[in-house]
Amino acid sequence: MPSLPELEPGTLPPGTAGLRARVRSFLAEASFTPRCDSWLTGADPAFSRALGARGWLGMTLPARAGGHGRSPLERFVVIEELLAAGAPVAAHWIADRQVGPSLLHNGTPEQQRRFLPGIVRGECFFAIGMSEPDSGSDLASVRTRAERTRGGEHGDGWRLTGTKVWTSGAHLAHAILVLARSERGSERHAGLTQFIVPLPAEGVTIRPIASLSGEHHFNEVVFDGAFVPDALVLGKPGDGWRQVTAELAYERSGPERLLSTFLLLRLLHERGADPRALGRLLARLWALRQASLGVAGALAQGRTPDVAAALVKDLGTRFESEVIEAARDHAGAEPDPGSPDPLARALAQAVVQAPGFTLRGGTNEILRGIVARGLGVR
Amino acid sequence: MDDPLLAATADEILAAADPWPALEEAGLTAVGVPEEAGGSGGTLADAAVLLRASGYHAAAVPLAETGWLAGRALAEAGLPVPPGPLTACADPRRVPWARGAHRIVVVRDGEARVYDPAGLEIVPGANLAGEPRDEIVLGGARPVAAGPCGADLRLRGALARAVQLTGAMRRALELSVRYAGEREQFGRPIGRFQAVQQALAELAGEVAIADVAVRAAVRTPDDPVAVGAAKANASRAAGTVASIAHQVHGALGVTAEHPLHTITLRLWSWREEFGGEAFWAGDLGGRAAGSRDPWPFLIGM
Repeated sequence: MPSLPELEPGTLPPGTAGLRARVRSFLAEASFTPRCDSWLTGADPAFSRALGARGWLGMTLPARAGGHGRSPLERFVVIEELLAAGAPVAAHWIADRQVGPSLLHNGTPEQQRRFLPGIVRGECFFAIGMSEPDSGSDLASVRTRAERTRGGEHGDGWRLTGTKVWTSGAHLAHAILVLARSERGSERHAGLTQFIVPLPAEGVTIRPIASLSGEHHFNEVVFDGAFVPDALVLGKPGDGWRQVTAELAYERSGPERLLSTFLLLRLLHERGADPRALGRLLARLWALRQASLGVAGALAQGRTPDVAAALVKDLGTRFESEVIEAARDHAGAEPDPGSPDPLARALAQAVVQAPGFTLRGGTNEILRGIVARGLGVR
Repeated sequence: MDDPLLAATADEILAAADPWPALEEAGLTAVGVPEEAGGSGGTLADAAVLLRASGYHAAAVPLAETGWLAGRALAEAGLPVPPGPLTACADPRRVPWARGAHRIVVVRDGEARVYDPAGLEIVPGANLAGEPRDEIVLGGARPVAAGPCGADLRLRGALARAVQLTGAMRRALELSVRYAGEREQFGRPIGRFQAVQQALAELAGEVAIADVAVRAAVRTPDDPVAVGAAKANASRAAGTVASIAHQVHGALGVTAEHPLHTITLRLWSWREEFGGEAFWAGDLGGRAAGSRDPWPFLIGM
């Protein structure tokens, strides 16, 4: 009978204490207003560049690719400190988390030379074009098409036509990684290819999709015959599905799936919330962090713990909302985005972002489906 | 990683109906207690392998009590670990397995005192699974041995029960997955229905998170933050796991005939023993309240 893989607790390598101390002292000096869900809503290019200058972006990329050759567990230390502080890390988040590793695994030397150093410096931000108006959870149904074009003024390449939605940060990004159907008549997981499109580009229109709070984080990105030269195809044509899914364990199990509302927890502590209520949250978070660290450890050993990553995201994102409920119980503040009271403000940020916690990066229902398949019942 | 040979041996022995004699014969009743002191040797992680297996098989044996609690306390007090089942307590109420114990170790005020139960009044009690949870009346009884011991039995007991809970929860998961694959309604196995799949996935999530957290706590068994968080989380998970397992099993699961109850009765008992979620959440929250910043407090650095 298929069963759950056992997750060993992750162990932080020696030397991370010093790294953690350096991040903390940087954060203590840095000027920013902490916010909930800062990895999606807190974009600050200058802050990203400051992190890059300290060697905290592209950490796991090897030196030959312009990175810092650090382990995924060292990166774990840096990002959990940044997230726990509510630091504005959104601008570079996707480039650092998944585009860098993806370029390393699938990119040509030329693509790596062109994009990785900028990612590492915090000067090149990426967006990811996956979902479409008619393709959400069912990602394999994407309809954006890539058609072959030869001998034009820019040489051989592809023309992209279609629409991507919920594209976080596309309005700030220097490039977008697009998943498109490159084989006419292909179905499902076959015939998909990833393309790198530097922005802005002719034939690409980026329009804001206002969030329910009125804020602008998401975009609609319309491709109207936008040209992509062969040199900017990522990986092998037709191999897009495998490339996209290979990164999912990285995307789903990180501390950003537990810590989006940590600022609220910190404020509850500061305001002297009921110790038992605080302790319940801390106990849960302690356990979830061990699991997230366990997945990071497995990834560092070269394994791909997809089921465990799905579990962490399912339970972690639900924990993020538990913190909101505890903050509401503590009362003393009503959510108000413009309030001078940090608790009222953080509560407002958390409440309006919370529906997204259990949607983005694979809905919790999809994740539980992955777990059920791992259990052998599906 | 668990020692695979030990895990296989533990699994084989603890699956049997009355495993105590076989545990004694294999010298596995006091794993984690140094051999020089009369224990079985091995690490605390090895001891956890046995406790996890005892939880998985719902084995009615004082394994946590003999080695993890009494044996380690005796060794630390410089006292020999006697043969036979043992137990230990700080509080004379709800003492696990007191009535069948060869010796009872009371750890209080920085001292371990060893009593012969024959000289004590024992008021029987039990948990939901029928495991003895007795009250001992020391009266004027004189200990047969004593030595200095600073062990925190509540902390140790909490970690032991947390380990047992993770074993029992894993079994609840396996029973539920198997049943969902076998039981047919509306012409197909109930595990083919998304509603059931989603419930099983939630069950699996709780089991996996509790398991990795408890394994992490076993590595730092004297850290009250780690142990408290692990027990609070395991106790919380136990309720969710028992409830989903029963929902999946339907009416069959609530019968005495089906083995599920041997697991769930223990989940509902062990989650309270040595402190449930509320106790450990209060302990953790109280410690956190005394810290300047909850983040370094939480991650211990």
